[in-house]
Amino acid sequence: MTLRVSNLCGWYGQAQILFEVALDVGPGSVVALLGRNGAGKTTTFRSIAGLVPRREGVVVFGDQDVSRLPTYEIVRRGLAFVPEDRRIFTDLTVEENLEVGRQPPRLGVPHWTPERLYELFPNLAAMRRRLGGRMSGGEQQMLTIARSLMGNPRLVLLDEPSEGLAPKIVEDMAHAIVAMKREGLSILLSEQNLHFARLISDAAVVIESGHVRFAGPMAELVSHPDVYEAYLAV
Amino acid sequence: MNQSLLRVESLAKSYHGVPAVRGVSFTLERGEILALIGPNGAGKSTCFNMLNGQIRPNAGTILFEGQDVTASSPRSMWRRGVGRTFQITATFTSMTVRENLQTALLSHAGQLSRPFGKANRAFEVEADALLDRVGLRGQADRSCGELAYGDLKRLELAVALTNSPSLLLMDEPTAGMAPKERADLMRATAAIARERNVGILFTEHDMDIVFEHADRVMVLNRGELIAMGAPDVVRQDRQVRAIYLGEGLVHGDLAAAQVRH
Amino acid sequence: MALYLAQFLTGLAGAASLFLVASGLSIIFGVTRVVNFAHGAFYMVGAYVAYTLTERFEGAIGFWGGIVLSVLVVAALGGLVEILLLRRIYHAPDLFQLLATFGLTLMAEDLVVIIWGPEDLVGPRAPGLKGAVEVLGQAVPSYDLVLIALGPLVLGALWLLFHRTRFGILVRAATQDRDMVAALGVNQKWLFTAVFCLGVGLAALGGALQIPRDAVNHAMDLTVIVEAFVVVVIGGLGSVGGAFLASLLVAELNAFGILVLPGVSLVLVFVVMAVVLVLRPNGLLGRAEAPARGTGQMSSRPWRPLDAKAQFIALVAVAVAALLPLWLGPYGLAVGAEMLIFALFAMSLQFLMSTGGLASFGHAAYFGLGAYGAALAVKSLGWPMIPALGCGVMLGLAGAALFGWFCVRLAGVYFAMLTLAFAQIAWSAAFQWTAVTGGDNGLLGSWPDAWAASPRAFYWLSLAVAVGGIGALRILTFSPFGYGLRAVRDSSLRAEAIGIGRRHTQWVCFIVAGGFAALAGGLFAFLKGSVFPDALGIPTSVDGLVMVLLGGVGTVSGSVLGAVVYKALSVWLISQTDYSKLVLGAAIVGLVVLFPSGIGGFFSAWAGRRRVSTRATAAAPVEAAE
Repeated sequence: MTLRVSNLCGWYGQAQILFEVALDVGPGSVVALLGRNGAGKTTTFRSIAGLVPRREGVVVFGDQDVSRLPTYEIVRRGLAFVPEDRRIFTDLTVEENLEVGRQPPRLGVPHWTPERLYELFPNLAAMRRRLGGRMSGGEQQMLTIARSLMGNPRLVLLDEPSEGLAPKIVEDMAHAIVAMKREGLSILLSEQNLHFARLISDAAVVIESGHVRFAGPMAELVSHPDVYEAYLAV
Repeated sequence: MNQSLLRVESLAKSYHGVPAVRGVSFTLERGEILALIGPNGAGKSTCFNMLNGQIRPNAGTILFEGQDVTASSPRSMWRRGVGRTFQITATFTSMTVRENLQTALLSHAGQLSRPFGKANRAFEVEADALLDRVGLRGQADRSCGELAYGDLKRLELAVALTNSPSLLLMDEPTAGMAPKERADLMRATAAIARERNVGILFTEHDMDIVFEHADRVMVLNRGELIAMGAPDVVRQDRQVRAIYLGEGLVHGDLAAAQVRH
Repeated sequence: MALYLAQFLTGLAGAASLFLVASGLSIIFGVTRVVNFAHGAFYMVGAYVAYTLTERFEGAIGFWGGIVLSVLVVAALGGLVEILLLRRIYHAPDLFQLLATFGLTLMAEDLVVIIWGPEDLVGPRAPGLKGAVEVLGQAVPSYDLVLIALGPLVLGALWLLFHRTRFGILVRAATQDRDMVAALGVNQKWLFTAVFCLGVGLAALGGALQIPRDAVNHAMDLTVIVEAFVVVVIGGLGSVGGAFLASLLVAELNAFGILVLPGVSLVLVFVVMAVVLVLRPNGLLGRAEAPARGTGQMSSRPWRPLDAKAQFIALVAVAVAALLPLWLGPYGLAVGAEMLIFALFAMSLQFLMSTGGLASFGHAAYFGLGAYGAALAVKSLGWPMIPALGCGVMLGLAGAALFGWFCVRLAGVYFAMLTLAFAQIAWSAAFQWTAVTGGDNGLLGSWPDAWAASPRAFYWLSLAVAVGGIGALRILTFSPFGYGLRAVRDSSLRAEAIGIGRRHTQWVCFIVAGGFAALAGGLFAFLKGSVFPDALGIPTSVDGLVMVLLGGVGTVSGSVLGAVVYKALSVWLISQTDYSKLVLGAAIVGLVVLFPSGIGGFFSAWAGRRRVSTRATAAAPVEAAE
């Protein structure tokens, strides 16, 4: 397993958001974490990435428990986190945005350079010197993924990659995710949109009120309308 | 008296020489629901913020109920009867749900400078009536910092209704809501438009919402309107499909998409 | 003509140090979001260390080597401060960081006196640059020419650093979104430390370079920090280029102000700052501050409606306070009256901060204006006490109306810095305008009328005014106006969209708070029988902040409690030690580190935890049964 999460609990202030969440991501697979707004998807991601101050549970990444490590240590071990609100550095150029994400090459995973990323995202190649703030929302979304790939990750956490994007850009996004998978990356993405998720994911985990309600192959979820209708409000 | 509720002519705005909106013109009638869609960064928010007075246009005019309101402040737009909801909910987080509405109602009544008396005793009946309207009555006494996201969106709508507006501007009213909540909120909104004869302009990325609830749809791309008309006409427009709607992979025929994948 | 040129060059030379300090302040703020009040102290320590080193080593190498060495020493000291202190309080509210670094400043002022003595020290001139160069018949010190060249050089070096190195790119990225930088695998801790060292090093260089020009003294920190704040407000926070332009502007204004308006040169800077702020609210090259992610404690409910129990406690507290004169002697009553006066002052600040969401760093200006207004009415006009108090309040209201009109155009840290700058301007007016204010000698003889002259009567008067004032502020908070204020504070976007004018509402709030502070100040003038410029000084403003913050911003009782405890502490400390600043500074730093949410906040969090844990144990069996 690339990522094995068990008994993950997370709090914001006094409020417990996550209750013993468990999920696995195998090498080279795409797993969708599905749930309604406020179900705990983002908190799960932030807990895995070490961004939730109060959390408990075990997060095994590769062959190491990273649940006590600070964020930058987790990221340096090859786990990339792409937050839902993109958070491009708008005062920096595309090149400089990529530079912030750069980490040394890692054994056994694809090594990304700006040149390789420009091949994957041809849009970006044409605007290397452009400031992040001068890019459209869709271009920013591509840049935020490219920036994370500069860390040569083994696993990418994509938080709500389709939220707030034009349908056309959502399609581009789906293609990019498939391309990343082809490179051998593991991907854990969170979604509210089952239609989008089923197009690109191998497995699904459904979360509701901080509890995991379903975990299994995507095909199985799709054949159980009772499950997704209960927890996803399609 | 057959002037339009809102008439926008050749509206334009650029930032540091980069045009964001160029020559946008349209009209909106009372009781009509008009959707503004387009790719991210097409200028939708800029358009909205000009209509609401938050941004001054470089050129063009905005006529509201026949009067020139170009470059009026948000405050004066509100006094003229324009309500607005925000893409990222903007509520008074330290107050209860009802107090949010009471504050807005006090402001509408011009009583917000009163330095005595208890604000949370004012306009209770009116506030509760609005909460009933959006289905939030049960949460009236909760602090709005504890509300679920969908309820915050509802509260936004209720607050925007406190001045009995004749025009509602809604910036991505359903963003971040679950599909069922989206439909509920838009149904409530549409009912308000019909009952009170309110004109509604909204932006939205959920095409199911747009094509189900809008009377007319406008498509903005790179600051220009590239299509305007009935939902079915716009949906079939080739340019719109190429730029914005795509091949329908996500929102269209799933079975066909699966095959391609 | 030639005289003007020489003056112009003097201004340019003065700009270099100012630029170094201001850019350091800007860079540190950009990345760590800490407004480093101690920046002036680092500047001062830089000058002292350079004095020692350049005295010790001789020759050109000794001099310049000494300067460089002093920069490294002070930068390392800055690193130590960052690691030991700031790292503990990055997650505390903004003002706590300002407070902690102010505590450091207090400590530094006493420490340099302990190490280097209280006298002004005159450092060596730069070897080879002792002479002057003739420019159009005017002698211009050659050292000044070196300084003039140095400013652009440092600017260029910083530009290269920020645009051509990975460190610089990370710094710029972190300035915009430091959490995202961490989420990309960058170790924030060391980035922050490095940036803090860089900024402090720049300040130290600024200080070290001043020693051939000016005497080194233990008050140079406050002067430079206020000027640096003005520069940063004019230039735009976070913009190094803006800091450069603004430091040129301010230094030239200082240089020519002396020629044009001797004695009131600060007024000139004030006018220019006002004009810039009206035209460009975010400074010459600054940009609007990104909305903070999550307003945190500031969105708390400022005042809860009192339940029966709380009403009873408040009544008992007032009754006990009213009965104290039965036991206390004149000294105790004087201290008690001072506590009550400061409780009112703290409450007015608390109203501004929690209900209005406006964290002022210069609230003492209005306290001092009230004091001077009252004292002047008694002394110059011969008015009785009550009308004189009214006069003080009017002066405070007028000052708050004037300064507030500019301040409410800004928000957040800019607002805090501008209020501080205005307070400092009020202070220098009181200090310099000897004919009216008596300058350093103060105004003496503002005693209360006969009916309130006894310590008991004055104590009761203070109690009545404080209770009345606090009650009035309370009513105001629950009134529609108070709700309008909270609306603006919670979301100015939404407030504007429902017809509430942010600026106007906040301006009124600023004036009201200033009026109550002035009332407290007027009483203070009668309590002491005199007024000195200290009443408007930065330390008085900070006293108010400490009272409010340590009491807990969100709680009223906290502010009153904070005023009583802090006043008692400082009265006692001053009587116990010669190094009261050192002890007080250390106490502030210690309190901030120990109670990052305020003492009041600490106790309510503690009580909250207790409540939760008892509820949890009660709920456990139910869950088990399911």
